[in-house]
Amino acid sequence: MIDPATGRNQRMIELTIDGRTVSVPEGSTILDACRTLEIDTPTLCYLENLTPVNVCRVCVVELEGSRVLVPSCSRKVEPKMVVRTDSERVRLSRKMVYEFLGSSTDLSFAPGEVHRQMESYEAKPDRFGARTLPAKSGERDHAHAGHHQPAVAGHAQTVFQPVKVDNDLYVRDYSRCILCYKCVEACGEDAQNTFAISVAGRGFDARISTEYATPLPDSACVYCGNCIAVCPTGALMAKSEHDLRERGQWEPAKQSVTSTICPYCGVGCTLELHVQDNRIVKATSPLDHSVTSGHLCIKGRFGWEFVQNLGPLTSRDAP
Amino acid sequence: MLWGSNARETHPIYFHHVLKGIHNGARLFVIDPRRTSSARWAEHWLGLDVGTDIALANAIGREIIASGLVNHAFVERATSGFEEYKKRVESYTLERAAQITKVPAAQIRQLAHTYAQADRAQICWTLGITEHHNAVDGVTAIINLALLTGHVGRYGSGLNPLRGQNNVQGGGDMGALPNKLPGGQDVENPEIRARWQELWGGKTIPPRRGKHLSEMFEAMGKKDLTALFVLGENPAQSEADAIQTLHHLRGLECLIVQDIFMTRTAKLAHVVLPAGASWCESEGTVTSSERRVQRVRKALEPPGEARDDIEILCNLARRLGRDWGKVTAKEAWDEMRSLSTWHAGMSYERLEELGGLHWPCPDASHPGSPFLHGRLWQDPVGGPRAPFCPADDEPPVDKLSDEFPIRLTTGRRLDCYNTGVQTGGYTSPLRRGESLDLSPEDGARHGVLDGERVRVTSRRGSVEVCVRYVDSLRAGLAFMTLHFPDEVETNVLTIDATDPKSGTAEFKATAIRIEKIEAGAKPRHPATASARRH
Repeated sequence: MIDPATGRNQRMIELTIDGRTVSVPEGSTILDACRTLEIDTPTLCYLENLTPVNVCRVCVVELEGSRVLVPSCSRKVEPKMVVRTDSERVRLSRKMVYEFLGSSTDLSFAPGEVHRQMESYEAKPDRFGARTLPAKSGERDHAHAGHHQPAVAGHAQTVFQPVKVDNDLYVRDYSRCILCYKCVEACGEDAQNTFAISVAGRGFDARISTEYATPLPDSACVYCGNCIAVCPTGALMAKSEHDLRERGQWEPAKQSVTSTICPYCGVGCTLELHVQDNRIVKATSPLDHSVTSGHLCIKGRFGWEFVQNLGPLTSRDAP
Repeated sequence: MLWGSNARETHPIYFHHVLKGIHNGARLFVIDPRRTSSARWAEHWLGLDVGTDIALANAIGREIIASGLVNHAFVERATSGFEEYKKRVESYTLERAAQITKVPAAQIRQLAHTYAQADRAQICWTLGITEHHNAVDGVTAIINLALLTGHVGRYGSGLNPLRGQNNVQGGGDMGALPNKLPGGQDVENPEIRARWQELWGGKTIPPRRGKHLSEMFEAMGKKDLTALFVLGENPAQSEADAIQTLHHLRGLECLIVQDIFMTRTAKLAHVVLPAGASWCESEGTVTSSERRVQRVRKALEPPGEARDDIEILCNLARRLGRDWGKVTAKEAWDEMRSLSTWHAGMSYERLEELGGLHWPCPDASHPGSPFLHGRLWQDPVGGPRAPFCPADDEPPVDKLSDEFPIRLTTGRRLDCYNTGVQTGGYTSPLRRGESLDLSPEDGARHGVLDGERVRVTSRRGSVEVCVRYVDSLRAGLAFMTLHFPDEVETNVLTIDATDPKSGTAEFKATAIRIEKIEAGAKPRHPATASARRH
């Protein structure tokens, strides 16, 4: 097989997955091989345009000769590997991941795909009991390792807390955060290289934080919103969407998505405009576009209000 | 090599690709008077004095020649005029260039050697090169370096002007230039004109080039030009020397503005034609900086009486006695393609299927051209040789003096865009309003504090603005943007000295002085509150 990037001939690697033989180019992951065989493999922290960090463990598979389950999203294929994706051990492990995340966070905005997978693995997050009440605003931001309160007996520990609304462009609802690290990666070396956020704290107190948990306007954030684009659970959300949801006016069924090109600089970023009732409610970019890889800057992500910043719908005065 | 460009803020997604390269071991040199956020990612920042780019380029060229690093095989096969170039740059020794540019000789030498010895190297530039009275000379001085080293016409090498607007490349390609028909074809060539005349049923196309923007304003001054039709541009606020510009626009007998906003220019107009936003309220194409033609699509219905640009133009033609019928964007595109070999192979279907195509794309099976000038590597060279165009260093027109001792340069900030009519529509937490950015050293020297309101005066006018201390400027250099013209009209200060070939004004080099405003002390950063409006 010819690699389109280098023009060189690529070595093919043969392995066995669930008793079927498959051949994929050298450098592929087990996940790539599974997808070649159309084996339904769940992922949460994996995204095509980010470096795999192996934190969610929902894509794990059983690999013959390996003591522990391996994350398929990052483990590279090797010749003669024997992989099982549907063993009891794999199923139990995936189910537990979904149950722990589902009991401690709010997955209600996660895509239907996540809920479908949870059902198929018979995950029952409710079996750990009632969820603990939300923490006070800012409380979790300052938790010190080793100082946390013991769990309330018979209750499921949660990361619930009030939504952080500290600027006009996007909100952070960390009750929904599953710590997949995607936002940290998009803010860091994988795309934006601004390094405004990272993971702070340990264990159950671990959370995504700006430096010293300062509000975003005091942080290094440049509001590219690439963290929003990669967030799988709606923990990071454009304020335009958040506000519509708060008012009960977010209606995906009424939305259309149109691809066009950003109206600003000459780079030519593809914008997908999500339009509801003839108003843009959100802008994204496709992951597979060679210019953007799904990433945008503040102007592309948020700078479209000028076409609809209208009082009466008939006048569009320049500021 | 990023030259006169702060791509980190002005082309952020392009800079993502640069960062990917840096993480993979690519080396970045940034040449800019300011230590910008792009420069902070560079292995070396060459902080030259404003307007000394040609001296620097010539010194790099001379050093490459003197060190025996010229790609002689390439120069001999594919270029002409090398000997003349060599003579012209002979006097630009590292020491002399260091004196002119204030860049240490060792740094110039290192850049010259790194560039010449690189396997692949690119030079990307932006308005730091082209907004000067000798802009075209600046560009050719840079091109000469690529010709010396053969860093052109190959994958991964090349010369890239980073375009500042989503379709400034496409506008030029479509013939929105005084001397071109679509596809870069010369309007003064009778054979080319004949093809259009045939397509358009024998209608005569004016045989001479028209006027570029700066020439138009000159002609307005002489009353040779009395009617103006402005589409999607806000010259009342974007042109250099704003006082003069407004005078010219007010003196017109007929000013028609077709725009999506009631801009300052539109407010001066006799007729305003409200248009739909071309990128989301109509169909069409735009061409990005890399010559990639991509589709724009209609996502919204335009508000009120606003109409699609094509519809407005067709209706206007009908009133003028030419009925073109109802023309779609695709029909206009296909007609253009029939006469432009650059675009002939770019059907809407292919553009959609392939996510855009780079011109030239001469036929329906052509994959497009991600880079140009590959012909220079054919042996013998395909077509004419690429000429060296020697250029000499010439300082900015607006000279520094005791009366105007500070060099003001202008540019964009990350979250804003040009005269702010678009970016004014959204609230940015990064926005602070206009400021006169100064080094703390200059602040101390002129006795002005961070946040203090000052009067800034050039030879053309003066404005009031708050000072902001920044660590990206050296003493003697100040920075402002053009983003908040309703708050601070920066272009009152700038000079309309223009490049004779490109017609671009020298926005990058203004001589100013600053004075404290003694009476009625105002609070710190008073600009902040009003900036919220924008």
